[in-house]
Amino acid sequence: MSLELLDIHKHFGPVRANDGITITVETGSLHGLLGENGAGKSTLMKVLSGFHSADSGRIVLDGREIKLASPDDAIEAGIGMLHQDPLVFLPFSVIDNFVLGSPGGWRLDRTQAEDELAELCERYGFNIDPDTPARLLTVGERQQLEILRLLWLGARVLILDEPTTGISADQRAKLFVTLKALAEEGMSVIFVSHKLEEVADLCERVTVMTRGKVVGEAEMPVPPERLVQMMFGQAVEIHGKDPVPLGDSHLRLSDVRMSSGLLSEEPVSLEVAAGEVIGLAGMEGSGQDAFLRICAGMRSPSHGTVHVAGRDLSNKHYREFLASGVKYLPAGRLEEGLIEGLTITEHFVLAGEDRRFFVNWDAARQTAVDQIDHFTIKGTDESTAESLSGGNQQRLLLAMLPPSLKLLLMEHPTRGLDIESADWVWEQLLARREEGTSIVFASADLDELLRYSDRILVFFSGRVFGELDSSQTTVDDIGMLIGGRRIHGAAS
Amino acid sequence: MTGIWNAFIDMFDTATIATIVAGAAPLLFAAMGETISEKAGVINLSVDGSMMLAALAGFVAAFETGSVWLGFPAAAAVGMLVALVVAFGSIKLSLNQVAVGFVLFALCTQLSRFLGSSYVGRLPEAVPAWDVPLLESIPFFGRVLFQQNLMVYLSILTVIATYVYMYRTRKGLELQGIGERPEAAHARGIPVNRLRYFYTALGGALIGIGGAAFTLDVKLGWSDRPTLNFGWIVLAIVIFGGWHPIRVAIGVLLFGALQAYALNLIPEFPSLSQVLPSIPFPLMILALVIVNWKALLRWLDRYPWLRAILRSDPPTAIGTRFEVN
Repeated sequence: MSLELLDIHKHFGPVRANDGITITVETGSLHGLLGENGAGKSTLMKVLSGFHSADSGRIVLDGREIKLASPDDAIEAGIGMLHQDPLVFLPFSVIDNFVLGSPGGWRLDRTQAEDELAELCERYGFNIDPDTPARLLTVGERQQLEILRLLWLGARVLILDEPTTGISADQRAKLFVTLKALAEEGMSVIFVSHKLEEVADLCERVTVMTRGKVVGEAEMPVPPERLVQMMFGQAVEIHGKDPVPLGDSHLRLSDVRMSSGLLSEEPVSLEVAAGEVIGLAGMEGSGQDAFLRICAGMRSPSHGTVHVAGRDLSNKHYREFLASGVKYLPAGRLEEGLIEGLTITEHFVLAGEDRRFFVNWDAARQTAVDQIDHFTIKGTDESTAESLSGGNQQRLLLAMLPPSLKLLLMEHPTRGLDIESADWVWEQLLARREEGTSIVFASADLDELLRYSDRILVFFSGRVFGELDSSQTTVDDIGMLIGGRRIHGAAS
Repeated sequence: MTGIWNAFIDMFDTATIATIVAGAAPLLFAAMGETISEKAGVINLSVDGSMMLAALAGFVAAFETGSVWLGFPAAAAVGMLVALVVAFGSIKLSLNQVAVGFVLFALCTQLSRFLGSSYVGRLPEAVPAWDVPLLESIPFFGRVLFQQNLMVYLSILTVIATYVYMYRTRKGLELQGIGERPEAAHARGIPVNRLRYFYTALGGALIGIGGAAFTLDVKLGWSDRPTLNFGWIVLAIVIFGGWHPIRVAIGVLLFGALQAYALNLIPEFPSLSQVLPSIPFPLMILALVIVNWKALLRWLDRYPWLRAILRSDPPTAIGTRFEVN
């Protein structure tokens, strides 16, 4: 009684995404699938959930070979997949999302479905209002909805693809409790991740993949160093930050209010010194993005003043901010940071200082080749932005930053990157910091916030809910504040 | 100035309202067709042309056979065929829906002028009037809704059926799903592209019936480009109506009312008789501006129920292709 993937091969053009993979997942177990980005984990899971059909190989469920030509077949077989970005219909209500695609005739009995959803919610301790539009749910709640829906459809194998990206610490804890309970009930859970700690926390067995192949399997617990060794061939050293003497004020916000229409906000005052790193914590959409945009000059505060390097830039144009050495790298790397369809060379032309009418393509190509080499971007001068992986897009964005900056604003600097790339990104950022650049970044990764920030601002429902000194704070403290609970005795 | 007021008061006359309802039938059919198609994710931009060609096909079929009822299936077939070309071009050939639709619009329009030239001025049998027994005697509503003809009744039933199907049935929810987020629909085992073919074809058939309702009922007979610009106004009304069948239907009636008002004004301003009939078009643009006005929408955010009525968010995946990899 188990799920077996036997000798799965799948290629895309010349790339062998899955090169003879064999994995056995026992019934009722929590199985981790670990590997860096591009290791072929997602491809394998898409084969298992009927999105891709394998070139060769067999899938055996409970001793019977099954054919998966479409997601329909996978659902039929009892295999449910929770995608990294939960595949819900954002404008539709929760209950419509719940019933959409469920078997049945023409008649749509929302009342009965609501009862069944409520029953499942109660059983797993979730709290989702059936009439809310899904766009108002947090990513974590959308996941909960999808998990309940898959259970309702009779899933016996549950695949979760990087489920902890973009959810709060609370929701992650809840998710893990739920997954453990499901495994107790006999569900086979496959947990795909590139985060060692999570796999170590949750899983009973782990399979490590690299470049389309299985490179190791282990019963947990296993020392994390061994897993890292399997993933990368050598242990990666995580760099923390060295103390840097703080300089003059690079950013000063006085009594800034960020009116976003709905929320009533308290004014924020903040002073960031040269070489200081400020982390912004909080659930997605708690006001960090508006805050960063105000600092970047892309949005005017409704009240208060913004000084950059001693100059009052309140209500000045975004161009003035750029000229003063402010740069903003948004979370949507491909949506806002880069231009789809343009090559790396063309990106450097656009980002460059050269303002002549005709483009000097030879020089531009040379710049691109040099920077690709210097920033170890996997791609060529002719690669388009969308053909790069997330990590390489972030490398390209960093490569395009002007040489000297007063203030660097970033949203989720390492979201979706594997440990090696994330560490590399921070190496670059900390190097900037030593040159006196102030860094303000928003992140959902609490470890990242603690490791790299000097101070942490916690946002809750549109306002700054607390300010913490990261050397005297723990993950739990931040977690509490993110959830809207005051810590006794903490400055706020 | 009293003339403008009097013309406005005349709008509330029972007979005028009944005329507006009767005249709205072609646009109701076509607007429901376009709504269904766009809700499934396919923009059929050829409406103005395919409505015209279908109007000709319906007219010719009715004229040659002598039976008005044979005109409608012929028109539906033509509308469906044109719509299938849009769907095929998008789904199988990866062409841009807007480009294909626009070319088909031009082709169908010119084809209808060429093929219809010898029919100009001929009259087919008209859709016979038929009052609904009992209901016709209800005060006001009897006159407005139940002393019409079968096509008018069908147009109203089509609106109700579209609404019920879309929002009250499982299949209708799936229809919304494939236009909103096809990859999520695919993940739930819904055959996205097969359904897109189906709903585009169904929408095209309704657009065709709308064309025939014009030449066989509202303005009997064939003339040069009889339904000119109605297809474009249908596209605008679907946006105005926020892709919701009932709101789209209200948009159609509003447009009809504007047209009737413009006609009422002609006796007051004879010198503007050429300009007035085109007034409803810019007014519809104004209506579009209002429903898309960001400041208004932000203000409406405070009143969720009002926003639910007035918002006009397109199906997210409208006009895009979906490929199973």
